Amino acid sequence: MSQRPLSPHLQIYRLQLTSLLSITHRATGIGLAVGAPVLTWWLMALATGPGAYSSFVMVFDNWLGLVFLVGWTWALFYHLANGIRHLFWDSGVGLELTSTYTSGWIVVLTSVALTVVCWIIAVQGWLL
Amino acid sequence: MSRSSGGDRRTALGRVRGLGSAKEGVHHWWVQRLTAVALIPLSLWFIVGLIKAANGGYAAAAQWLARPMSAVMAVLLLIALFHHTQLGLQVVIEDYVHHEGVKLALVVVVKLASFLLAAVGIFAVLHLAFVS
Repeated sequence: MSQRPLSPHLQIYRLQLTSLLSITHRATGIGLAVGAPVLTWWLMALATGPGAYSSFVMVFDNWLGLVFLVGWTWALFYHLANGIRHLFWDSGVGLELTSTYTSGWIVVLTSVALTVVCWIIAVQGWLL
Repeated sequence: MSRSSGGDRRTALGRVRGLGSAKEGVHHWWVQRLTAVALIPLSLWFIVGLIKAANGGYAAAAQWLARPMSAVMAVLLLIALFHHTQLGLQVVIEDYVHHEGVKLALVVVVKLASFLLAAVGIFAVLHLAFVS
């Protein structure tokens, strides 16, 4: 059983945008699943009080914490945008080869743009 | 040997061992999509609220989530998010973990942990809304 060849053969497989975005959807999903307990932790810290909340903030108020927070922001926007792309496919829309590339690039660009916009607004405090 | 009605294509031995399709795939697929659709407005609401509260410290975040409408949205978000997460991780585990025992154990851990984290999160939101 284990001697049978893998398909796609990963050593010679030429990655395309479509397959790269597909595995990225799964990767961001796993990344967000790692982040989900942090959401619960944040809520519990809020419910516990200012002391617990400042302990939570201290964990993420450094460059490594920022990398994780920005990473989760992008992962969320990517998974959201590509998830909507999947929902269109489920309804039979946009399955042509050219459409999958167009929608794929839209997903890449919107996820990066929304991440940048969110963090600029958050840092500047424009909505306050 | 004779096959049962209802399109069960498994052999008698396969049925006894409980392997093969459990006929639950469609439900899994459907609920994954249902929670995905729910998460579109819920996650966008959360991000906007989080950015608004980001620079206000503890008080801003606590006051935001304590508002009735925010609390309802946060509870809905936690239900949809952890249900969607547990369904997604189950598929990942089933794809990559081939040892039956380890696979089952991981799926059980993921489902129970998601249930626990959702419950704790919902409790925290209700505590903010009713007590804090």
